[in-house]
Amino acid sequence: MTHAAELPAWAALAVTVLLLLGAGLALTGAVGLLRLQSFYERVHAPTLGTTLGIGCVLLASMLFFSLLQTRFILHEILIAVLVMVTTPVTLMLLARASLYRDRIEGNEAVPPPRRSQTGENSNG
Amino acid sequence: MSAALLEWAVLLAQLLLVTAMGCAAFRLMRGPRAQDRVLALDTLYVLAAMLLLVFGIRTGSQHYFEAALLITLLGFVATAALSKFLMRGEVIE
Amino acid sequence: MRYILPHPLIVLSLLLAWLLLSESASPGAVLLGGVLAIAGAWAFASLTPPRARLRRLAALPGLLRDVLVEVVRSNNAVARIILKPAGGATRRSGFVCIPLDMRDPYGLAALACILTATPGTVWVDYDSADGTMLLHVLDLVDEAEWVRIVKEKWERRLMEIFE
Repeated sequence: MTHAAELPAWAALAVTVLLLLGAGLALTGAVGLLRLQSFYERVHAPTLGTTLGIGCVLLASMLFFSLLQTRFILHEILIAVLVMVTTPVTLMLLARASLYRDRIEGNEAVPPPRRSQTGENSNG
Repeated sequence: MSAALLEWAVLLAQLLLVTAMGCAAFRLMRGPRAQDRVLALDTLYVLAAMLLLVFGIRTGSQHYFEAALLITLLGFVATAALSKFLMRGEVIE
Repeated sequence: MRYILPHPLIVLSLLLAWLLLSESASPGAVLLGGVLAIAGAWAFASLTPPRARLRRLAALPGLLRDVLVEVVRSNNAVARIILKPAGGATRRSGFVCIPLDMRDPYGLAALACILTATPGTVWVDYDSADGTMLLHVLDLVDEAEWVRIVKEKWERRLMEIFE
């Protein structure tokens, strides 16, 4: 880490806090993936890592490289936007697929389909 | 001083992320159902992207950023395709 | 103008993404990015998506700020739920059925993204016939409270922007 020697102390502290917060949130989400009981509860756990977790790591990376190269490094925003837009889509698709499978199996834990539903959905 | 602090922070962050990946991998193997495995795989992709970003900070190299961007893209496509597969039994309708 | 630039917002965001990726704003990068962005917008137009009408862009920054605050708040709440030692588990999670008044597809997509991106709530299903959505809540205390939150806090404001 010799390249980081010229970083000011406040920046090193900020990057440290952001990195540990982000990694800690991601770990909390993964622990939730293990500990929570049903699938529908577990769907909530990874959102910790994909919202604030990766956001903190990206902020740390932006701050670090901007100060290291003394110019604005902003391309981490692309990952942030990508993750922000795609994670809800995948989780929604997965939750819907799971609901569909549970309904076919007649699982008691999920609400039954509404009478107007014909298996055709427009939103997705 | 700041280099030593950062070195410890990066090491600790890497350890936390690898532990998180271990948890997700355990859920991937354990299941019990296919949707649990897909959820764990999606989590693994995001954790891998974060790990790559931390590697980038450790080495001071910008190339890891592109790898992280690609992994998030691949993760989205893979999870979307797998969810579609779970829903209908085929990827392209 | 509509023919050459079918979706100006898409062109602008694609160009911005290209400039961020190539990390330069030199004339060459802008030119190449512009050509690619316009080609991308044409490709998008050939999919014939339903037209979006953004009525009140002024309300967007406030909404984004509230989403950010909500994400931070619920990150904290969900982390507490996960790390709470097992045993005294009185927490209940479950599905809530919420009737929506919004019909604009982009508004619904935005609502779905906001609700799913905040930890603790996941948008599960939407029935376009009678406009009800199914929400899964990790820490469900009161169904009526969640219906009120979704309708008052998010749906009303998204309707102001999209409808």
